[in-house]
Amino acid sequence: MKKIINDPNEVVQEMTDGMAAAHPDKLQQLPETTVIARKDAPAANKVGIVSGGGSGHEPAHAGYVGKGMLDAAVPGEVFTSPTPDQIFEAIKAVDGGAGVFLIVKNYTGDVLNFEMAAELAEAEDIKVEKVVVKDDVAVDEVSSRRGIAGTILVHKIAGAKAEQGGSLEEVKAAAEKAVANVRSMGMALTPCTVPAAGKPSFELAENEMEIGIGIHGESGIERKDITSADDIAKELTDKVMSDFDFSDADVAVMVNGLGSTPEMELYIVNKKVQTVLSENGINVYKTFVGEYMTSLEMAGCSVTLLKLDDELKQLLDEPSNALAFHK
Amino acid sequence: MELTVQDAVAWIKKSNEKIQANKDYLTDLDQTIGDGDHGINMARGFHETAEKIAGQDYTSYADVLKDTAMTLMSKVGGASGPLFGTAFLKMSQALQGSDAVDHQTLTSGLEEAVNGIKQRGKATEGEKTLLDVWSRMADFFSHETDFAGEKVAEEAKSAMEQTKDMMATKGRAAYFKERSIGHIDPGSASSFYIFEALAEVIEGGT
Repeated sequence: MKKIINDPNEVVQEMTDGMAAAHPDKLQQLPETTVIARKDAPAANKVGIVSGGGSGHEPAHAGYVGKGMLDAAVPGEVFTSPTPDQIFEAIKAVDGGAGVFLIVKNYTGDVLNFEMAAELAEAEDIKVEKVVVKDDVAVDEVSSRRGIAGTILVHKIAGAKAEQGGSLEEVKAAAEKAVANVRSMGMALTPCTVPAAGKPSFELAENEMEIGIGIHGESGIERKDITSADDIAKELTDKVMSDFDFSDADVAVMVNGLGSTPEMELYIVNKKVQTVLSENGINVYKTFVGEYMTSLEMAGCSVTLLKLDDELKQLLDEPSNALAFHK
Repeated sequence: MELTVQDAVAWIKKSNEKIQANKDYLTDLDQTIGDGDHGINMARGFHETAEKIAGQDYTSYADVLKDTAMTLMSKVGGASGPLFGTAFLKMSQALQGSDAVDHQTLTSGLEEAVNGIKQRGKATEGEKTLLDVWSRMADFFSHETDFAGEKVAEEAKSAMEQTKDMMATKGRAAYFKERSIGHIDPGSASSFYIFEALAEVIEGGT
């Protein structure tokens, strides 16, 4: 293992300490935690938005803390859900009286820990609602689909709705609409190494790639010989399109890098994604290319489509000053 | 035979030792059909739990299990934290008020733990999860009349090994579908160490 770290057991705390130190004007770290919250939290009478999950997906999730997106992000250990006590601290810190909305990715651990935190909050009379993102079409069974890069677009939609003054119910409705209309599919060229594990999560030969990879180094659904960017882009986009009716729709596209794929390659992938969409009569309203939801130093990418109606377009266009989603 | 407060402390201490000793093995199991963090998380959580318990002067068996539950919930993370935490919390609640724990009381504690895991994890038996060990152990205890250490360890081992032939339909291993068959479930392996530790405490006490 070759990493710029001090102690594998301290990577999360040291990361959030460093992040808080870098952006004292925008962010605060809640005392005795690794929770990163907006400097001005809680925003009075605004629904607080909390997301989180394992670390190793940077800039997710703390990079999306900011006006117009998240009020707080709760990082767990690398690829491990945060614990209920930390999530509860985040909920308390961002509750401005209008309730708190949780954005959870569909992993057993995340769902369990966020549910427990919600129970703790409800016991203290804080209103809490949640949405569970499950955009990964690599998993056939819909109820066990993972939450991957599409989660970032859900952050944006829910965050914008809350910033506009939407009630907890309205924020939930907008977030649920985003979840219902978003689909993703990823692939990897290399595995990644969890610092505390010290060795790669799986092995891929020089000429192999893994299709349908998750964002935790868990193996994908198919391993095969690596092919061209165009073939990869087409395979991912076709799979996403085949899962949901995007025909004649306006969509937001996200071509997401998994950690060590150069922007050059992401743009090459995006070129083909746009062609495939246009050939299928799908109108691209907005495109995002970059690293939004990574898997440590994994090389690979994912393609996400979000079908937009007028409300989602408007929410997508709202400003955000989050570090990793500035617009 | 009855288990004392010292037995409860010894149980957690031994569980921690076994999990530390098998940390890499547990992580290897999880790398095969999960995301490779189970050993790391359990080792961190049980280390913290053992530290917490070592520093206290307990008067009841239930309090030891309650502190175990709360520490596991806040230190393990992932799905294992809430699930093992819930198991110990439910057991603690069922044992509340008992000075010493006899076979029947521990049995009802284990049955409550199983109910807690089912409820929290929305799980049932046969899905290749830690429930497959806990459920069989509760069942085993309910058919015995007194503590039998060696048989406890054997039963737990067999329950763990039984998960090998199951196809995972819950948790992260479920993504592997058929490919999950042939591998022991990591949460079941951790559960085995916990019951093996209990068996040794029972043996030591007779």
